[in-house]
Amino acid sequence: MNQWEVVIGIETHAQLATVSKIFSGASTAFGAAPNTQACAVDLALPGVLPVLNKQAVECAIRFGLAIGAEVAKKSVFARKNYFYPDLPKGYQISQMDLPVVVGGAITLQVGLGEKAYEKVVRLTRAHLEEDAGKSLHEDFHGKSGIDLNRAGTPLLEIVSEPDMRSSDEAVAYAKSLHALVRWIGICDGNMQEGSFRCDANVSVRPKGQAELGTRREIKNLNSFRFLKEAIDFEVQWQINEIEEGRRIQQATVLFDPDTGETRMMRSKEDAHDYRYFPDPDLLPLIISSDWIARVQGELPELPGQMRERFVNELGLSTYDATTLTASQEMADYFESTVAIAGKANAKPCANWVMVDLAARLNKEGRELTESPVSAAQLAGLVQRIADNTISNNIAKKVFEALWNGDGDNADEIIEKQGLKQITDSGAIESLVDEVLAANAANVAEFKAGKEKAFNALVGQVMKAAKGKANPQQVNDLLRAKLSG
Amino acid sequence: MINASLKQLSQALAAKKISSFELTQLFLDRISRLNPALNAFVTVDAEKSLNSARAADARIAAGTAGLLTGIPIAQKDIFCAEGWRTTCGSKMLANFVSPYDATVIRKMESEAGLVSLGKTNMDEFAMGSSNETSFFGPVRNPWDQARVPGGSSGGSAAAVAARLAPAATGTDTGGSIRQPAALCNLTGLKPTYGVVSRYGMIAFASSLDQGGPMAASAEDCALLLNTMAGFDERDSTSLDRPVEDYARDLEKPLSGLRIGLPKEFFGEGCNAEVMAAVRSAIAEYEELGATTVEVSLPNSHLSVPAYYVIAPAEASSNLSRFDGVRYGYRAPDYGSLDDMYMKSRAQGFGEEVKRRIMIGAYVLSHGYYDAYYLQAQRIRRLIANDFVEAFKQCDVIMGPTSPTTAFKLGEKAADPVQMYLSDIYTIAVNLAGLPGMSVPCGFVGGLPVGLQLIGNYFAEAQLLNVAHRYQQATDWHQRRPTGIE
Repeated sequence: MNQWEVVIGIETHAQLATVSKIFSGASTAFGAAPNTQACAVDLALPGVLPVLNKQAVECAIRFGLAIGAEVAKKSVFARKNYFYPDLPKGYQISQMDLPVVVGGAITLQVGLGEKAYEKVVRLTRAHLEEDAGKSLHEDFHGKSGIDLNRAGTPLLEIVSEPDMRSSDEAVAYAKSLHALVRWIGICDGNMQEGSFRCDANVSVRPKGQAELGTRREIKNLNSFRFLKEAIDFEVQWQINEIEEGRRIQQATVLFDPDTGETRMMRSKEDAHDYRYFPDPDLLPLIISSDWIARVQGELPELPGQMRERFVNELGLSTYDATTLTASQEMADYFESTVAIAGKANAKPCANWVMVDLAARLNKEGRELTESPVSAAQLAGLVQRIADNTISNNIAKKVFEALWNGDGDNADEIIEKQGLKQITDSGAIESLVDEVLAANAANVAEFKAGKEKAFNALVGQVMKAAKGKANPQQVNDLLRAKLSG
Repeated sequence: MINASLKQLSQALAAKKISSFELTQLFLDRISRLNPALNAFVTVDAEKSLNSARAADARIAAGTAGLLTGIPIAQKDIFCAEGWRTTCGSKMLANFVSPYDATVIRKMESEAGLVSLGKTNMDEFAMGSSNETSFFGPVRNPWDQARVPGGSSGGSAAAVAARLAPAATGTDTGGSIRQPAALCNLTGLKPTYGVVSRYGMIAFASSLDQGGPMAASAEDCALLLNTMAGFDERDSTSLDRPVEDYARDLEKPLSGLRIGLPKEFFGEGCNAEVMAAVRSAIAEYEELGATTVEVSLPNSHLSVPAYYVIAPAEASSNLSRFDGVRYGYRAPDYGSLDDMYMKSRAQGFGEEVKRRIMIGAYVLSHGYYDAYYLQAQRIRRLIANDFVEAFKQCDVIMGPTSPTTAFKLGEKAADPVQMYLSDIYTIAVNLAGLPGMSVPCGFVGGLPVGLQLIGNYFAEAQLLNVAHRYQQATDWHQRRPTGIE
C-alpha cells in the first residue's frame, strides 16, 4: 500500500433549489405522485420546446462567484444523445464545450484535531444540465414503470481536478462542497432525496510517477459514508489487480452498500458515443457583467471570508474557525452566541458550540437548528463562567438543565438550584480545615511525596462544597495549609 | 365562393351573405368529393370543424369577430392541435392525438377565429420534396394527377390548388412551402427564421424549420401571416419584435425597386422552359418600374451538401423522442428494451426518415463531427454572408423556385440525390434564415412555374408588396386546374 499513490477526482450533481424545472414551468417539489409534475415539455411531446429558467442560471453564477471561478459571458447548451426510457427526449440538454463556470477552488480541512491539515482542491468546471426521470422496476409485474417528475430538474454538475489523494480528502471535499452549496442557497443538500450525489474517479499509481493510472468511475454515491467505503474498496481492488500483474481497464462501476464492493457497470468499449452538438432550440447563454455584479452584491459572507474573520478578529485557531464555518447553521449559531457573550469570550463560545453542544446534539441525533438550548441561553452560560459565578463543571450541570428546559436562562437555574460558586475565602477555609482534619491518611501520603494525595484532598473539599467552591481558591488554600 | 380571396370571404361573412357554418360545409363537401383522388387531407373531422364554425358565427353575430374569423383553413399535419390526430405523415404518430395546441394553431384558431377543415398530408416528418414519403400515401397534383404536388407541404398545396380549402399552413425547412407552391400554382411564404413560433410544430431541423402561409395570392398570405407571426415566450428562438401589419405595403409602387439576379441561379441545372418563364416574369417587373442587377452567391453550390449534413444531424436528435415508450408506435412483439427500441423505430419510421437519421447520427459521431457538422456550419455562415453582400446591391433577389415543373409520381423516388436537387434554389434561404416566397409566373406544358423572391431579414412586408404588384399585373395566380370543379 505504501508505495502506491491514490488519485481521486469527483463529479458532483447538485440539484438546484429552483421553484420550477430548468426548461419548463413544472414544479420541482420532491415526493409528488408519479408523473403529476411532468408537463408537455417534460414528457417530450412532439413539437414542444425548452425555455431556460433564469433562476437556475443565477444559481450557477452564485456558485461560480463563491469558488472564485470565471463565470462565462457566453456558454452553450448541447444535446447529449442516448436512449433510455426515463430520458424522454432521447437526449439530455447539458453543456459541453462552453460551460457556465470555469475554474475555481475550494479550501478544505482534512482530519481532526492535531492531525488536521488544510488542502486546496481545484475545480475544472461546473455546468448546467437537466436531470432524467426515474425507472421503477418494482410493482409492475415484469414491466418497468417510468416517473418523469424528476425529468428536467435543474442540476449543476461540478467537476473537480484529480487533486485528492485519499478517501478522507475525498470526503472532506464532498462535505465542504455540500456545505458551500447549502451556504449560498443553491441546493438543499438532501442526499437521501438525491439532491447531492457524487461520482468518484479513482486511480492509483506508484509513488513518484507523474503519469496518472487508468481510472475507474464509481457512479452515484449518495452518502459520505458510501463515498469513503467505495473509494477504499476500489483503491484496494486496483492495487491488488496491479500487484497480481493485471492491468486496470477504464470502466464505470457501481458501489453496492450491502456488500461494500464495487462492480463493473460498463467498460470503455461499451461507452456511448453521445453525439454532442449545440442545442438548436436554445440560443447561447449570455451573462452580462451587470448580472454578475448584481449576484455578487447579493452573496452572503462566504465560509472562507468568515473563517479569516474568526481568526483575525476573534483570535480563534484556524481549526476552530474552519469547524465553525462548516455550515451556515453552525456559523450563525456561533456568531449569535458571541454577539451576546462578547468577543472576549469567543474561545469559550467556540468550545461550547463545537464540543459540548455538538456532542449533546449528536447523542440525541438532532440538528443544530433543533437545539433546545438557544444561542442566547448558551451565551448567558458562558458569561457566568467568565465572571466566575460558576465553574466549568457546574456549567455542565446548568447546560443540562437548560437542555431539559428546567429554566429560561442560566441565571435562573443557578439561582434556583443554588449553584453559585463559593468564593468567600472564609467559607472555603473552613471547608478545607474540615477535610484536612478528617483525612489524615491523605495528608500523610502527601507529605511523604505523593502528589496524587493532593488531588484526592481537592476532590474532598469540592465534594463538601457540592462542587461550588472556586477550584483555584481551593487549590491555593490547600497548598498553603499543607506546606505550612 | 370556392375561388374567393380571403378578403372577399371576410366581407361575405361580415355582410352575412354566408355563415361560417355554410362556408365550412361547402369546403367539407368538396373535401369528401375530391379528397379520395387527391389524398390531400389525412384527417377530417366535420363535427369538430362545424363546431368551430358555429363558434365563429357566434363571434360574428356578437360583433367580436376579427378579419379572418369564420374562414376555413387547412392545417399541415405537422402542427399539434388539441383533440386532433397529429401524425406528421408518419406511422409513428398515426394514432397520436395531441393534448395541446401549437402556438400557430392557438393564434389562428383560438385568437383569429379561423376554422380548421382538417390536417393535410405531408412527407413523413417533412422529409421529402414530392409528398411520396408519407405513411398515408402520396398526394396527387390537381394540375395533373399523375404528378407530385411537391413537398413536404404537398397536402396543403394540393388542397388549396384544388380549392378544398381557401388557404393553408405549411412549414419550410429547405423549400417545403415554396417548392410545392411553385408546383401547384400557389403563393407561399417562408418568413424570416424566428418570426413564426415553432412551439407545437413537430421539429425536423430546428435551426431551419419555419412555418408560413400557402394561399392563392400574396394578399391572402399577408393576411394569414398577420395571424401566425409574433413573439412566443415558449420558443427561445422566436424573435421579440414589435407586431407588424404584413399587408401595410401591399400597394406600394415598385418604381426604383432593385432586383438582384444571382448568376448562380441562372446557369445550368434549370429546365430551359422554366427559366424562360422566370425571365419573362422579371421582364414584367421591369415594366412595373424595377431595375435588375446581377449579383453573386458564390457559395450557393455548397448549400445542398451543407443542408444534408445540418438538417439530418438535427433530425437524428429531434426524432429520438419517438421511442415507443410514452406515445406513438410501439412494435407489437419485442424481447429486451433495446429490441423494443429497434423494432418500434424500424417499423414506425419510413425509409427516407431512417436514411436521414443514419446520416445525422453519422455526421455527429465521434471523429466525424469536425469534418462534417462543424464544416457545414462554417459553410452556412459563408452562405449567409453571401446574401449580406448581395443585399448591398439590391432590395430583393429573384430566380426560379424549382428547377423543374411537377415531376411524375415515382420518377425520383428511387434516387434520393435527384430528389434533393429539387430544392437547389430554396435551401440557401433556410441556411441563411431569410424570408422567401414563391409566386406563380407561368406554365410549361400545362404545369405551373414558380418565381422565387428572396428578401432581406424581416422584409416580409416588402416581399408581399413585390409579389402583390406582380399579381395585379398578371393573372397566373388566378388560373385553376381543370376537372375539379
